[in-house]
Amino acid sequence: MRSFNFKKTLLYVVLCIYAVITLVPFLWALSSSFKTLEEIVRGTISFIPENFTLNNYKEIFVNQELFPRWLLNSVIIGVIGTALNLLFNSMAGYALARLRFPGRKSLFLIILAVLMIPMQVTMIPNYLILKSLGWLDTYHGMIIPAMVNATFIFMMRQFFINFPKELEESAALDGLSRFGIFFRIVLPLAKPALAAQAIFVFMALWNDFMRPLIILSSPEMFTLPLGLNSFKGQFISYWNYIMAASMVFTLPVLVIYMFFNRFFIKGISFTGGK
Amino acid sequence: MRNSRKFSKRMLREAGQGYTFMFPVIFTLGLFVIGPILYAIYLSFNDVQLLGGTSYEFVGLENFKEIFSDYRAQVSLKNTIFYVAIVVPSQTILALVLAATLNAGLKGQKFFRIVYFLPTLTSSAVLTLIFMWMYNQNGLINQLLKIVGLPTYNWIGDPAIALKAIMIMNIWATAPFFMVIYLAALQDIPESLYEAAELDGANAIQKFWFITVPYLKPVTSFVVIMGIIGTFQLFDQSYIFSGGDGGPNNSTLTVVLLIYQYAFKSLGTMGYAAALAIALAIVIFVATIIQRKFDKEESLY
Repeated sequence: MRSFNFKKTLLYVVLCIYAVITLVPFLWALSSSFKTLEEIVRGTISFIPENFTLNNYKEIFVNQELFPRWLLNSVIIGVIGTALNLLFNSMAGYALARLRFPGRKSLFLIILAVLMIPMQVTMIPNYLILKSLGWLDTYHGMIIPAMVNATFIFMMRQFFINFPKELEESAALDGLSRFGIFFRIVLPLAKPALAAQAIFVFMALWNDFMRPLIILSSPEMFTLPLGLNSFKGQFISYWNYIMAASMVFTLPVLVIYMFFNRFFIKGISFTGGK
Repeated sequence: MRNSRKFSKRMLREAGQGYTFMFPVIFTLGLFVIGPILYAIYLSFNDVQLLGGTSYEFVGLENFKEIFSDYRAQVSLKNTIFYVAIVVPSQTILALVLAATLNAGLKGQKFFRIVYFLPTLTSSAVLTLIFMWMYNQNGLINQLLKIVGLPTYNWIGDPAIALKAIMIMNIWATAPFFMVIYLAALQDIPESLYEAAELDGANAIQKFWFITVPYLKPVTSFVVIMGIIGTFQLFDQSYIFSGGDGGPNNSTLTVVLLIYQYAFKSLGTMGYAAALAIALAIVIFVATIIQRKFDKEESLY
């Protein structure tokens, strides 16, 4: 009995230590975002600001005109990009799982192969293609190349293969067209898979650094990661501002995660692992 | 006769529906993935000039040959391989240990899981900035080291340390993602295996080593391959950490950062950058194949 308790205690100690290791950077950033510059440069360890101030947030939202714009750009690209991904990946996954058409197998194999190509190979040609289309430094230049995702086409195919056919068949007997069946029967029942997909796609778009770095050039078009990076260059030692901006950047993802936590874990075991 | 015609009409309609459903994917993958792969191969055999329009001059294998005489390419490859070799095993072991600890059936699991997962949610740009703030000369980490009497470092400015600082950050940031994959797999191990081992007098560590680890082998293989692919592509952290130049003294220069610089920062080297990108893809591909082979041989006994 005693040794059992000892084991439990040890496990808890390990878990708590690692929880601290995980949390400290975030708490430190959060507390720095509420500190005055003077307290920041003094470099004392204190997680509770001496003079709690909202000035850093005021600075980035009020005096930095571009910051709200970067936030807006990120929201536009993230939301539209996610919506298109949900629609197109599901349509393709459904077709690959359910419809018979010539070339279906080869298309599936191509999608599997695409999963293995590192994006560095395609990024230079993509830049040239976007350039010749005149899409550099635009929203559609950011959204359209990323409006489908091989990983989630694959995931949706797996999902639809295990999907009961009977419902669709009875809907077809009731006179619903293929599109009617897809949008009114199949998609609503695919909500868990769609939710997992939505979180991953949105996070990927929201957090993306390299693609915007290549595609976007004017500061008004920057997304948050780029804006933050240019912010760092501009306010090199104003870590209080940089941390406040970082916190604003992180909050939306945290909120989404809190709401969709269970789908999140499900999504990882969908895409990875087995 | 009528029947077969009706049948083929139905088939035709289904094919039409299939292509309609697939159209956005065919269009996007064609224009922005498949086309670009072929284009990249073409670029890698050319000297590309971007002045005014884009002009190409066929140079055969010149770009690939140049890699072997390019000092910075060698440094970046060395940095990247060192990074992969340290980060992949560390994050895999950490992920496995965390998952096993979390899976022990303790109360508050859910809380720990949510906390551990925070870094995975946060963007690489934000994480890098937070760590740069902590890595500051008299930042949090040095202060803590001082308190416990350990030496402090110039984490960002010392060429011998900077890449290691990025390693620490990324092991911390990526391990939780793989932890979740391990957690899902751990839940599938039949309890009876552990009970049988307990009857044989196995202790917790023996159970972990002789049941859990072998059982998780396929998952570990997946985690390692994903880790290799991910770490070979290190870019955001190096870029932000060094302000884009891979410094101090090329110590955080990774292959992808070098590709970025040759493609978009210096003129007339885009073809060479494409060759580097293709070489990187080949290296990643070979590394994952070696890993798989290695894995198969190991599982023979």
